[in-house]
Amino acid sequence: MFRAARKRQPKLHNRMIPLNIRIGFFLALRALRRASLWTTSLIIFVMILTFLNLVVVSGILVGLLQGAIDQTRTKFTSDVIVSALNDKKYIENSPNLIGLIETMPQVEAITPRYREGGILEANYKTRKETDKANTATAQLVGIDPFKENMVTGIASDIVEGAFLAPGDYDQVVLGHYLLKQYIPIESPAFSTLENVGIGTKIRMKVGDVVREVTVKGIVKSKVDEIALRVFMVDSQFRSIIGRNDGNVTEISIKLKDGASPVAVREALVRSGVDRYAKVQTYEDAQPQFLKDIIATFNMLGNVFSSLGLIVATITIFIVIFINALTRRKFIGILKGIGIDGRAIEFSYVFQSVFYAIIGSTVGLAIVYGSLVPFFAAHPIDFPFSDGILVAPANQTFFRVGLLVISTLIAGYIPAWMIIRKNTLDSILGRN
Amino acid sequence: MIETKQLVKTFKNGDIFTSVLKGIDFKAEEGEWIAIMGRSGAGKSTFLYQISLLDDPTSGEVDIDGHDTHTMSAREKMNFRLSKFGFVFQDYALLPELTALENVALPLLMQGLSKSAAYAKSTEALKRAELGHRVNNLPSQLSGGEQQRVSIVRAVAHEPKILFADEPTANLDNESSKRIMEIFKELHKRGQTIIMVTHEEPYAKMTQRIVHLDDGRIVSETKN
Repeated sequence: MFRAARKRQPKLHNRMIPLNIRIGFFLALRALRRASLWTTSLIIFVMILTFLNLVVVSGILVGLLQGAIDQTRTKFTSDVIVSALNDKKYIENSPNLIGLIETMPQVEAITPRYREGGILEANYKTRKETDKANTATAQLVGIDPFKENMVTGIASDIVEGAFLAPGDYDQVVLGHYLLKQYIPIESPAFSTLENVGIGTKIRMKVGDVVREVTVKGIVKSKVDEIALRVFMVDSQFRSIIGRNDGNVTEISIKLKDGASPVAVREALVRSGVDRYAKVQTYEDAQPQFLKDIIATFNMLGNVFSSLGLIVATITIFIVIFINALTRRKFIGILKGIGIDGRAIEFSYVFQSVFYAIIGSTVGLAIVYGSLVPFFAAHPIDFPFSDGILVAPANQTFFRVGLLVISTLIAGYIPAWMIIRKNTLDSILGRN
Repeated sequence: MIETKQLVKTFKNGDIFTSVLKGIDFKAEEGEWIAIMGRSGAGKSTFLYQISLLDDPTSGEVDIDGHDTHTMSAREKMNFRLSKFGFVFQDYALLPELTALENVALPLLMQGLSKSAAYAKSTEALKRAELGHRVNNLPSQLSGGEQQRVSIVRAVAHEPKILFADEPTANLDNESSKRIMEIFKELHKRGQTIIMVTHEEPYAKMTQRIVHLDDGRIVSETKN
């Protein structure tokens, strides 16, 4: 039945580590293939949740601000913004500057704006002499409606009435923060207009000039620079503020796809524009507090991610430890029949890595296949932004790497702890 | 082939020391089939574990095939077990997630054989043990007798110098036990050295020599 025992030197591979890895893989593959589907699913589910915790929590936190940044870029600054120096009311020599910008090959469209501080007053016809005037402070902006819409798409944000047309006269579009029905707050420092809708006449005071204008539209935006502004056609606004030299206050520049805002900024600076205007990319123009919040949110995201990683590591450690503990007898048998302890360790490491990779892969599919597109289509409605899910591929794969490495360690340590126990004690179940 | 001198094994439990083996001198030659018998607690299994290098004696010497095992590292002992020993345990000790074929092939793979060679050799060995139809079954799908036969095939597939068996028939019915003993007989006929712990006299009588242990000492030896 059996061949006689005889001296035979088995064909040994020279390198023991690859052999241990091969045996480890052999054992891991079969352990996984024949493991309880429930247990495997549960572990993978934990890994998926861990992965989502790593990526989504910080991604949402950063996404809240990214939403604000994206909106400011899209609706206000565009890719590059040139604005008056801090001690100037306007950009000197604007017509030449506009001509220069328009000749740049990277530029797709620009919108020059005139801006002045002013006061709006509503309900002045029905107000009794003893009543307090219903006023609101606003930035009054003169724009070319066509150019503005080309750059910022502002017309799509009109929630009531219509956007300005080039020939409109004595008509304005109000930002929604100026109207009480949109911002029902009472603050001594912040006043809004009451009972103002489409067709309502309001007074607009700029310097010494007072004009009665009609509300043509209301624009709603989470960008303060839009929501707190009053828009009027530039030709009329120029005459109101007495600016007939064509010097504007700011110019938003939209670049062609793929063009670098930094390169355009540098080109303008090289042309000497910075001597009479501030030249900023959309990133430069972010307020410092926003940059600080981004840094804080990034830090918070990393803290949450680290906690998630620790929880995942401990979870995998416990799972593998219990698995190794319940299989202690079989680990003893493996060692008893001459299987190298390192091969057994590799088997547990492979199993852990399998869980991490499957969990991460499913997590990646969930993040990029559904969550990112979902949040892009249905942003989280926050007061200051439309929150999206930010998951840059390089950071996400870095987190996958972190998860795999921590899982690998979490799988190795309990296996090592069990394997180093006495072989016979393991086989006999002795402590 | 195996020689022990004044082999002592003492277990410590708190402050209590229990001597299980009290100085055993034993010798087994190549090709011998030896049964170790004794009442429960006599030290049979403990003795088997010491000479099969699964455990370390408290004192004394175990010399196997000219090697002084006392000086061997844990890794050397493991390699020794892999290449020179085969084990048959009372409870079969098959790995539950491996099929019969994979259980048998595992030590061969660990010895460095390619998967195809290990599987071919294991399949052949299982067929010779009349388990050809069970190669792809998991241990849970096999009867006790079949599991023990797989366990024996695994123990001898890599052609070890010594086969150790710890009460190989203890969990089996009469029919299966007889079949297992026939396999041992066949192996011995072909030159396999076998050292077997048993408490069943009829099976012990099938061997060449019976070593009786009592209270940690060899009290008698009987040649069959």
